[in-house]
Amino acid sequence: MKIGVITFPGSLDDVDAARAVRYAGAEPVALWHADQDLHEVHAVIVPGGFSYGDYLRCGAIARFAPVMTSVLDAARGGMPVLGICNGFQILCEAGLLPGALVRNSRLHFVCRDQWLRVENTHTAWSSRYERSAELLVPLKSGEGGYVADRSILDELEGEGRVVFRYVGKNPNGSLRDIAGISSPNGRVVGMMPHPEHAIDALTGPTDDGLGMFYSVLDSLVAA
Amino acid sequence: MTSVHTIDSVQHAESTPDLPQPYLELGLADDEYARIRDILGRRPTEAELAMYSVMWSEHCSYKSSKAHLRYFGETTTDEMRAKMLAGIGENAGVVDIGDGWAVTFKAESHNHPSYVEPYQGAATGVGGIVRDIMAMGARPLAVLDSLRFGPADAPDTRRVLPGVVAGIGGYGNCLGLPNIGGEVVFGPTYVGNPLVNALCVGAMRAEDLHLAHATGAGNKVILFGARTGLDGIGGVSVLASETFSGDESAGGRKKLPSVQVGDPFTEKVLIECCLELFGRGLVVGIQDLGGAGLSCATSELASAGDGGMHVELDRVPLRANGMTPAEILSSESQERMCAVVKPSDVDDFMAVCAKWDVTATEIGEVTDGERLVINWHGETVVDVPPRTVAHQGPVYQRPVARPSTQDDLRADTTQALWRPSDASDLEGTLVRMVAAPNLASRRWVTEQYDRYVRGNTVLAQPADTGMIRIDEETGRGVALATDCNGRYCELDPYVGAQLALAESYRNVAVSGAKPIAVTNCLNFGSPTDPGVMWQFSEAVRGLADGCRELGIPVTGGNVSFYNQTGDTAILPTPVVGVLGVIDDVRRRIPIGIGAEAGETLLLLGDTRDELDGSEWAHVVHDHLGGRPPRVDLAREKLLCEIMIAGSRDGMISAAHDLSDGGLAQALVESCLIGQTGARVILDPDMDFFVQLFSESAGRVLVAVPRTEEPRFTEMCTARGLPWRKTGVVDPESGALDIQDVASFPLDVLRTAWEGTLPALFD
Repeated sequence: MKIGVITFPGSLDDVDAARAVRYAGAEPVALWHADQDLHEVHAVIVPGGFSYGDYLRCGAIARFAPVMTSVLDAARGGMPVLGICNGFQILCEAGLLPGALVRNSRLHFVCRDQWLRVENTHTAWSSRYERSAELLVPLKSGEGGYVADRSILDELEGEGRVVFRYVGKNPNGSLRDIAGISSPNGRVVGMMPHPEHAIDALTGPTDDGLGMFYSVLDSLVAA
Repeated sequence: MTSVHTIDSVQHAESTPDLPQPYLELGLADDEYARIRDILGRRPTEAELAMYSVMWSEHCSYKSSKAHLRYFGETTTDEMRAKMLAGIGENAGVVDIGDGWAVTFKAESHNHPSYVEPYQGAATGVGGIVRDIMAMGARPLAVLDSLRFGPADAPDTRRVLPGVVAGIGGYGNCLGLPNIGGEVVFGPTYVGNPLVNALCVGAMRAEDLHLAHATGAGNKVILFGARTGLDGIGGVSVLASETFSGDESAGGRKKLPSVQVGDPFTEKVLIECCLELFGRGLVVGIQDLGGAGLSCATSELASAGDGGMHVELDRVPLRANGMTPAEILSSESQERMCAVVKPSDVDDFMAVCAKWDVTATEIGEVTDGERLVINWHGETVVDVPPRTVAHQGPVYQRPVARPSTQDDLRADTTQALWRPSDASDLEGTLVRMVAAPNLASRRWVTEQYDRYVRGNTVLAQPADTGMIRIDEETGRGVALATDCNGRYCELDPYVGAQLALAESYRNVAVSGAKPIAVTNCLNFGSPTDPGVMWQFSEAVRGLADGCRELGIPVTGGNVSFYNQTGDTAILPTPVVGVLGVIDDVRRRIPIGIGAEAGETLLLLGDTRDELDGSEWAHVVHDHLGGRPPRVDLAREKLLCEIMIAGSRDGMISAAHDLSDGGLAQALVESCLIGQTGARVILDPDMDFFVQLFSESAGRVLVAVPRTEEPRFTEMCTARGLPWRKTGVVDPESGALDIQDVASFPLDVLRTAWEGTLPALFD
């Protein structure tokens, strides 16, 4: 299985996403922002970082990158896509996921180990978890507060599209403690915390994040 | 631009020998100016004067410190030098860590800019040190920051600290470099003069080492990265001021603050671009543009190479209109590098830069001969022997005198101060100390730094040392710690510098890594004060002698003088960074206790009544006087060997260095970080207060699995390292129980420890 990891100028956690793919037993494929070709990958990860510096608004420029045109097309065709942190922001900017990410309520960048609760185990990226399982995963972002209209939030809740929720003190002011959401078909997931930094207790708080990468491989085999 | 600026060419300078020049305003002394005229055989042009003035400044030339810094070289033995691939004088020192890996690391101060403009000052401090590491051909791997501020509750600290922390985070996080450690210290002498010392570590394959050499006549000089603007010009703006009448209204020109403005995205792209250039072998020599900008880069590249270089300055891409040659040469615009490239590689070089959208411009070439010649629209504005600019600046033997107040300071010990003795006083003191700004949790600060990015961080704050994996296959990694106690250095700068070295060395060892090299960032007051120069020379001697005794070389460093407010200098603050290597990071030793089912707590080393200069004396009595703790480097070495053996054989499950706040602080942190309680039994034959709060050096608190206890203690005994069984880890209690003192519930300790900085800065 080949999983593409996009690198924009300013991407930072692309090497980490690729490592997580490798740990899960799949082959990571580097995708360059200026290249429309997805090189026959079976799924795509849009990694964390500060794409193009994010001086305008997080993800606002990256959504126009040539590679994103192909990702959007592929996602509409059912390809699993995971946006982590800046990747989540980009997927929201691109309209693949609803809502937006705003500055943390305390206005500071926050880097901490964060407990998450798995709310939906029926997405392409969360099937390996037990429902209500709690994961300890790094969160590191300055603009991680998830916001959306009440009607959208109600829709997300109603359709079970809230995939992860923060447990304990809300770290960034996200509405309804939302840490990650999915598309209606569960193939596209965006989340602020970094599961790719929780794949080995040596370098992360736990290996709780690895389940996401196994999940997508399961979904690809099943498909 | 409306005004017309007459170019002060070499020809013009020759024909106007008596033109008055503003050298004093540029910081050059009469005799320095006379020497420049002597070197050139004429008056310098405006551009040459700008180059000499920035390159002969204290910051670039080390003119007051050079005479003392030579001692580092004199005390480095061949054996110590064996692992050094590059040392003092290069952009950063490089050491061989085995398996074909070379590691480079360096610290640099950005103190004054961070006081003027905390966010940008600190941000560009990170940017500058990262480029120094890149200039060695290495991939930057991690940063650490050693910070000093005024009292935590001082109004200006509320302005400076949040800005500095946000600047370090804002820049470093965007670069994708984990921040793995450093220090935050509060003290009254830093109130008008904070210290912001940034350290960066990078790695490369040993054969990829790049040095800042411009060799090979005909090779091209390429400037790449950001455009050159009017930021960070500082004193050189004096040169421009008389040539622009009412320049506020002149098109495209406005005065900019002399603190540079950073653009971390440009730097991130520049890092990746440089690494691709290195990887493809397209670079002969490379230099970053930091302090003194192009003046420094061109003169250093040329003088370290064959000696000759020709530059067409009008080719430099600018972001402001009407910049003069002098301004272009001294601009400190960030995110720029200068490379020397073979003519046959120029096209490939440019293609890599284009891929990363990095502006790159061929500005000149390496020439035969020994002159650095810089043209501006066809006229020669600089024609100098580059070594006279870069390396032959003035060297001063500043007066050195031990302050007359030093004896009184040393006589004013803590012996007469009130000490807690009964259990309830000790209990109150412990809780008060844990919450003191210098001992409280740094989480408010470190939570703003990304410590995870790139996935190789094995240890980071609040660990004693930061540890980074370098080789994912073998697990080989490096550990880094920075330390300095300015109070000890004030009491005795020689011993104080050795204590800083000992603590940093010990912190590295406590993680299980073997210390192999040292860098420093020497922060002092004004070199024109003989007392400050005495502190400086003592600290340098102490550090160099200490390194010789420990057998690890100083591979580089940085000096920052003039850290004072009025006549009051900061405490002498020679920050010492120690680099260690560990064969396999999986054997690292964490701080937190409770990882194993049953653990015994052992205190290694000797505890003496050493409270002078301690955190206790500072917090409880606002007292500074007496003698610093004794330093015993042979003991530190032994302790280090024991820690490494313990790590290698899996005998130690957790360890924490004892330093500020003594055993009490180490116990509290070990419990809170491990989220596990402990039962502690103090030595009934020794004063409890001394046991809990003395800051005797050479001590480590270790947690040893019960099964390993006999083997470990036998090893200590056999090697002659004193140890004492201090207690046991108690996962059930949820408290730190110190028998005959008090039982401290962990949540009470956590509230005290973690509450201080948020209460002050949120």
